[in-house]
Amino acid sequence: MCANSAERRPRCAARLLAAFAWLSGLGLPVLLGLAISFLIARGGSTLGPSLLFGDVPALAALTGRAPVFDGLWPALAGTLALVVGTCLIALPVGIASGIYLSEFARGRWARLVNLCVDVLAAVPSILMGLLGFGLILLLRRTLLPDAGTCLLLAIACMALLVLPYSIRTTEAALQGLPEPLRLIGPSLGLTPKQNLCRVLLPTSSRGVLGGAVLTIGRAAEDLAVILLTGVVASSGLPAGLTSRFEAIPFRIFYLASEHRTGAELELAFGAAVVLMGLTAFLFGLAHLLHGGLRRRIL
Amino acid sequence: MSRLASLLVVLGVAGVAAFLVASALPLFASGEFFEILLGRWRPYASPGEFGIAPMIVGTILLAATATLLAAPAAIGLVAFAHGIAPRPLARLAMASVHFMTGIPTVLYGFVSVSLLVPFLRNAGAGGFSLLGAGLTLAALVLPTITLTLHSRIEATGLEVRLDCAALGMRPADTFLRVLLPRSGPGLLSATLLGFCRAAGDTVVALMVAGNAPQFPSSYLDSVRTLTAHIALVLSTDWSSPEFRSIAAAGLLLFVFNTALTAALRRLGPAEPPHVRELR
Repeated sequence: MCANSAERRPRCAARLLAAFAWLSGLGLPVLLGLAISFLIARGGSTLGPSLLFGDVPALAALTGRAPVFDGLWPALAGTLALVVGTCLIALPVGIASGIYLSEFARGRWARLVNLCVDVLAAVPSILMGLLGFGLILLLRRTLLPDAGTCLLLAIACMALLVLPYSIRTTEAALQGLPEPLRLIGPSLGLTPKQNLCRVLLPTSSRGVLGGAVLTIGRAAEDLAVILLTGVVASSGLPAGLTSRFEAIPFRIFYLASEHRTGAELELAFGAAVVLMGLTAFLFGLAHLLHGGLRRRIL
Repeated sequence: MSRLASLLVVLGVAGVAAFLVASALPLFASGEFFEILLGRWRPYASPGEFGIAPMIVGTILLAATATLLAAPAAIGLVAFAHGIAPRPLARLAMASVHFMTGIPTVLYGFVSVSLLVPFLRNAGAGGFSLLGAGLTLAALVLPTITLTLHSRIEATGLEVRLDCAALGMRPADTFLRVLLPRSGPGLLSATLLGFCRAAGDTVVALMVAGNAPQFPSSYLDSVRTLTAHIALVLSTDWSSPEFRSIAAAGLLLFVFNTALTAALRRLGPAEPPHVRELR
């Protein structure tokens, strides 16, 4: 196929590239499909009320009157509490900062904020966990001798982790607006603030919302942060901001290495399918809202 | 209001940096920092050693393996999407890559533990090892590298592609001789970004790499990364040597990632999409 003569070597490289491109372009969807169908085949059979609640009646489990020991409900409730708390902190700050960076920031301060967002986005998530953990050790030493890792701490650290996603997606949604739309308000005499509130934000709201959904997905899946800030294998429903909690990613991680019976491994597969379904739903929702501007590529 | 929020962001980053430096500061004061950096991890020896050198080596080896496995596949995928494949197939491939960004990290680890590790063990190639973790991490960083390179290549104007087509160049030639070289340092920054993400990942390393604090002598050996070290070491006191060890690991990761981020900004900032459309 490829001759050895010098002038034909370039064609050889291009052919190799083409062959390799076909291999990776077709191989990736096939491998991905195989991995996902493996998960569904192993975990799909466990789906049902008993996956969530074990053998406790659903209503009693939902209201917390009966503890659930062999179901996912406490972990799901823990993840929900974590995500809601994280969003309450991260979304207002993130969206406001995104608006600021896109619409108002000029000069040196803008460069500094931009640099800070980039640095924050590059911080490995385990360092946010280390931050929370170290904070507790420090508090124990100084002000509160009996401080411990808890839901509130995990929420604060998780908020710091997902903040850059919220900022960048908001910024991208606003920056994606066409230039004529940006100019028409001021040309009719709107002040920059009026233009922002009446024109720019309403027209980019889908993008901003899509960013918020991606932020939620990130907060639901991260494990490294909560590993060091209060997740445990069995705590029941989260009792409050100062108590420890369970989470779906941790349940999968824990059961993958510590399962003692086949039933526990089945539970891990069930949890994996639930988490997969949850994130696929969020991903699809963000995609619908977003039109696909900027994803999690950091 | 929004200015206040941006102030919070800056304060947050300053807080993270200050905290990491503060927790490692006693090490600098006592001159132990380099001892920890170059030492081994033997906490139960009679003068205990709390060094992180094996973890540094493990992190670099694992991240480099993952990046070197993922980068060629990323080039293949981007070439596939830019002209080599018919449109529907190209869209399918890129949609798969996009979808991979949404898959939780813990699922990469979980699938690897239940499929790849038994497979490697049956093939007599280790199991929980540098190889297994490297393959898994390669899948994790593949979307990062692919999408970064893809956006850089997309920034090349339509005229260039039309010129190439008018000259009768085939898609593979166009990609290899024109688009890839014209993306400038695109490949380099995509690869560096992938390395950054591989080095910063905790969960895959923790689940698949085996976590033995040793210098690996082959690809079938177990390794422990800096991130896994931070997650594994139990410390109960601010001034304990265990906490100092993980504080040093944390500071090292932070400095490394920040430096690489700064370098990537030098290599050319990603243009916001609307600038591209206006030109």
